[in-house]
Amino acid sequence: MITRRILVQALVCLPLAASIGCAKPDSAGPSGAGSAASPPAGGTVTLNGAGATFPYPLYSKWISEYNKANPNVQVNYQSIGSGGGIRQISAGTVDFGASDAPMTADETQKAPGKLHHIPTTLGAVVITYNVPGLSAPLKLSADAVSGVYLGTIKKWNDPKIAEGNPGASLPDKDIAVVYRSDGSGTTAVFTDYLAKVSSDYKDKVGAGKSVKWPVGLGAKGNEGVTGQVKTTPYTIGYVELAYARQNKLPIAQVKNKGGQFVEPTAESITAAAAGVDVGDTLTASLTDPAGEKAYPIASFTYLLVFEDAKDRTRGQALAKFLWWALHDGQKHAAELDYAPLPDAVIKKTEERLRTLRSGNDKLLPAG
Amino acid sequence: MALLGAEVNVGDLVFRGFAALFAVSIVLVLGAMALQMWVAARPSIAHSGWHFVVGRDWDPVRDSFGALPFIYGTVVSSLLALTIAVPISLGVAVFLTEVAPPWLRSPVSFLVELLAAVPSVIYGLWGIFALAPFLRNHLEPLLGKTLGFLPLFQGPHQGFGMLAGGIILAIMITPTISSVSREVLRAVPDNLREGALALGATRWEALRHAILPYARSGIVGAIILGLGRALGETMAITMVIGNRADISASLFAPGYTMASVIANEFTEATGDIYLGALAEIGLLLFAVTLLLNVIARLLVWQVARAPEGARG
Repeated sequence: MITRRILVQALVCLPLAASIGCAKPDSAGPSGAGSAASPPAGGTVTLNGAGATFPYPLYSKWISEYNKANPNVQVNYQSIGSGGGIRQISAGTVDFGASDAPMTADETQKAPGKLHHIPTTLGAVVITYNVPGLSAPLKLSADAVSGVYLGTIKKWNDPKIAEGNPGASLPDKDIAVVYRSDGSGTTAVFTDYLAKVSSDYKDKVGAGKSVKWPVGLGAKGNEGVTGQVKTTPYTIGYVELAYARQNKLPIAQVKNKGGQFVEPTAESITAAAAGVDVGDTLTASLTDPAGEKAYPIASFTYLLVFEDAKDRTRGQALAKFLWWALHDGQKHAAELDYAPLPDAVIKKTEERLRTLRSGNDKLLPAG
Repeated sequence: MALLGAEVNVGDLVFRGFAALFAVSIVLVLGAMALQMWVAARPSIAHSGWHFVVGRDWDPVRDSFGALPFIYGTVVSSLLALTIAVPISLGVAVFLTEVAPPWLRSPVSFLVELLAAVPSVIYGLWGIFALAPFLRNHLEPLLGKTLGFLPLFQGPHQGFGMLAGGIILAIMITPTISSVSREVLRAVPDNLREGALALGATRWEALRHAILPYARSGIVGAIILGLGRALGETMAITMVIGNRADISASLFAPGYTMASVIANEFTEATGDIYLGALAEIGLLLFAVTLLLNVIARLLVWQVARAPEGARG
């Protein structure tokens, strides 16, 4: 009996002892990534970022390449979604945020300091489809795309689709529409395009990361849309370019403002951004741009950084990383089916990076 | 120390304290979660009021939020799953305890329990690539032809929809219900079986009149566990249900569940009202789960008191 009682006491006290034991070293050091303690010179700097999922493959490539060249800088990026990225940077829990859509005025106001948008790369949303018997790439006008997603075009052999595809054997079948059910930058870009080309769509549905679609089925993620389109004949859906390319999906050509049917490629996407003025905010909507070579459903994606870095060492490391991404990083974009930024945007972004500071110290050397 | 000293010792006291602490911590965590969600949901509660629970319009672009389609989708998909899973699970449990030869029991029950270990995203992918095409090409046309006079089985055959969601959930909750039921049936004393058989009952009669009544409350408990899993399941059902905030009588039509809309929209939601609306859906899911659990408990209580039960 006595031994058992001792055993019970020991067992009960064990977690208590362990928790006391654990508490000691914990309280000694600072905790949390947000603390301002700067690492000693020559030590490793860790930068934390969070946000958009869309550029994640490119950012992780950048991070590993940059780390090879600068082993003392470790960048962590969590792809938690653009909304989360904006929330995290506004709360100051990360060094940089990332978002596909620019922050709204309301969001900018809530941030504790001045945040800059740094465009990093370009992406496109493509229309994929499953029409048995169709060999040449489908060609769609803006009216055809908006009509399908409004539910006013119901059949594949509708005259609005047929006029762009002379000679193609379009079946007399109902179009099964698939949209992204999860809130996404992809949907935001696609609906932004639809709202620009169709006033009817703008009034009835509107643009956003999640919208109330008049027709169709919702699928989760690029992979969900792809799955539904692949397994269901006579479907149409939209996914990001990189995803469509890597999965060898059929990709429709879309008629642009210049009246040309354009295939989404790195060149046609960069062309979409070339004619756009990014203004002082360095943000712009790239959908339905002018220009005969431009693919009309494209967008920037941005990193969000505070103009005034709380910690000089980390701020400087971040500014250098951004500078590298803006120059050396661009060549990785096309490999991964993103499009490099046009020169004019790079120039303007360089100027913006030079304004980054910590207190009164600029983080990058002038010109 | 005089009288009770022999009974009370330090170990007991500490043990009692810890046990109480752990028990209370669960309640505290639950309370803290509910409170936190309520705080997060407040902008939406102020914005939408009662319209939130009865409204059918979910339009984030216009800040118009009505959650009824999600409540409907969650309840209908879970009930559909139970309708399919309960007979199958009970069949499995009865087979394993009463019918199967002993050498077959452990391999079969192992396989059934293996279903519980499959990650839900795998079920979802299987749903997209195998189940939905099968439903669209075979089962839905068949149901439409034979039972098409019921509104449940009308409309276009799309594969993705409430039926697909219900079937996926049914497969996912079958191992839960069947393994708990099996344990319950195993706990039925052998002398009940032997007694029934000795009185000249057939195997079916022994099962129907002696074994199942004894195990009834335990089996209802197993079903509640299954229901709980069905209500909260997110990934797999999101991938096949069609994610459309509509209320339709047809099982072929797409639907949407509360857990799915949170998973789909929370990461990219911006604005206090929109985030609040999603938090309020979480709160509603809490409430619906609680309500269904209370109903199920009442059912158990009723069943346990029924005169036919071998246990009082």
